[in-house]
Amino acid sequence: MTQQIRSHSIDMSSVLRGKDAAQAPSETCIKVENLNLFYGEKQALHGINMEMQKKKVTAYIGPSGCGKSTLLRCINRMNDLVDSAKIEGKILLDGENIYDKSVNVAALRRRVGMVFQKPNPFPKSIFENVAYGLRIQGVNDKHILEETVENALRGAALWDEMKDRLNDNALGMSGGQQQRLVIARAIAIEPEVLLLDEPASALDPISTLKIEELINELKEKYTIVIVTHNMQQAARVSDYTAFMYMGELIEIGTTSELFTNPSKKQTEDYITGRYG
Amino acid sequence: MDNSKIGHHISEQFNKELEDVRNKVLAMGGLVEQQLELAIEALITGNVEQAELVIGQDSQIDILEVAIELECTQILALRQPTAFDLRLLLAVIKIVHELERIGNKAKRIAEMAVKLSSHTNSMPKHDMDRMVELVKAMLDNALDAFARMSIEEIPAITERDQKVDREYENIVRLLITHMMEDPRNITRFLDVLTTVRALERVGDHARYICEHLVFMIKGENVRHLTQEELVDKINTPR
Repeated sequence: MTQQIRSHSIDMSSVLRGKDAAQAPSETCIKVENLNLFYGEKQALHGINMEMQKKKVTAYIGPSGCGKSTLLRCINRMNDLVDSAKIEGKILLDGENIYDKSVNVAALRRRVGMVFQKPNPFPKSIFENVAYGLRIQGVNDKHILEETVENALRGAALWDEMKDRLNDNALGMSGGQQQRLVIARAIAIEPEVLLLDEPASALDPISTLKIEELINELKEKYTIVIVTHNMQQAARVSDYTAFMYMGELIEIGTTSELFTNPSKKQTEDYITGRYG
Repeated sequence: MDNSKIGHHISEQFNKELEDVRNKVLAMGGLVEQQLELAIEALITGNVEQAELVIGQDSQIDILEVAIELECTQILALRQPTAFDLRLLLAVIKIVHELERIGNKAKRIAEMAVKLSSHTNSMPKHDMDRMVELVKAMLDNALDAFARMSIEEIPAITERDQKVDREYENIVRLLITHMMEDPRNITRFLDVLTTVRALERVGDHARYICEHLVFMIKGENVRHLTQEELVDKINTPR
């Protein structure tokens, strides 16, 4: 009796592609060129050059004080608020230098939203927290506000939990919920880029996973840059990882390559927990 | 001995865990090597007692395989290793599997030694000498390379596998000739063939160990390549 040979309908190309290759080639969203930053006399960033891809997640990792948060804060000019900070070089957002004199910083920050380590909701209702950005832009139409708040809360995976509590004070939410609320507030004004500075470091493991899941969903729409101390988190959520050390960019590459086979010894020492 | 690749973690405990895995693999390798040596010797001398010793000791290798694999699994779960550490553990899981297979082959050779002991005249032993030397050297050098965490010698080791394959073909041809000459000896020569085949497979597994080592040390996957491609990959800087 002849046995029918099983036909293999596996798409070999999908098997052969790694996690990275599966990603469609994308365009540059943010380009950092020869960026130097000084806090007074002390140089905190040394000649940084890197590109971040549109609708991808780029993670910055590195030991404390390596400049990763400083670099992140350069992307929406948060360092302008630090008197002693002096910046040289360029950061191009969609080809435009955000440090150009003609740039309106408030408009830039609408395009580049930011979420911090500690959730910082306003002492207002959940609804008003999310609607805040639109209100200060002068939007008062009830329908528009309701629609935007719902979309933002859905986008931040909070709608189902919070739809019946929209008028409750945001400070009564759990830490993880507050962090997602802050993300909802950031995406309500539809930025292009989201900067996340240690967004999950103050959260419990389940809330952390929810934030990571959210990041995965958000990259459909936004370019995301995340600073994290948690390397496994960087490995899980990001497409690209940049390793920084003492204010220098040591290595940037696809996350899977950087975590399995980094090209620089310093990177290897750091991610494997060795003293260099 | 270069331990720098394993050591220097901030966590001293992690160093110890990896060092322990490495030592266990080396111990297992030593045991496997000894089993192979004893089995071949039993085959040549017709020493049934020694062959039975080999057969009885095989379970120790199995126990080591399971124990090392478990240890690697626990480290993976608890330490979430990356880069070299990750590749080391993945490679070790595969290497202990190869070693276990080699252990099985040694046992198989010992079993054939028992069966063939009453027919010492029918063994074309001298024809196997060269193959035995090649295979033993391959395994020895592969374990050395693991101990030194160096891939310098790998091309020389894998090249020997090609010689082993040629030797194997020669012996098979010789055995077929013997069998055609005297069909009464076919049963015995089939046992000889099983033995030679087992030796040839030891060479293959030693080669696989080398391939896992290249992955571990260089992060390059060199399986299923020709000798030339393998040498090329090893010599190309990343």
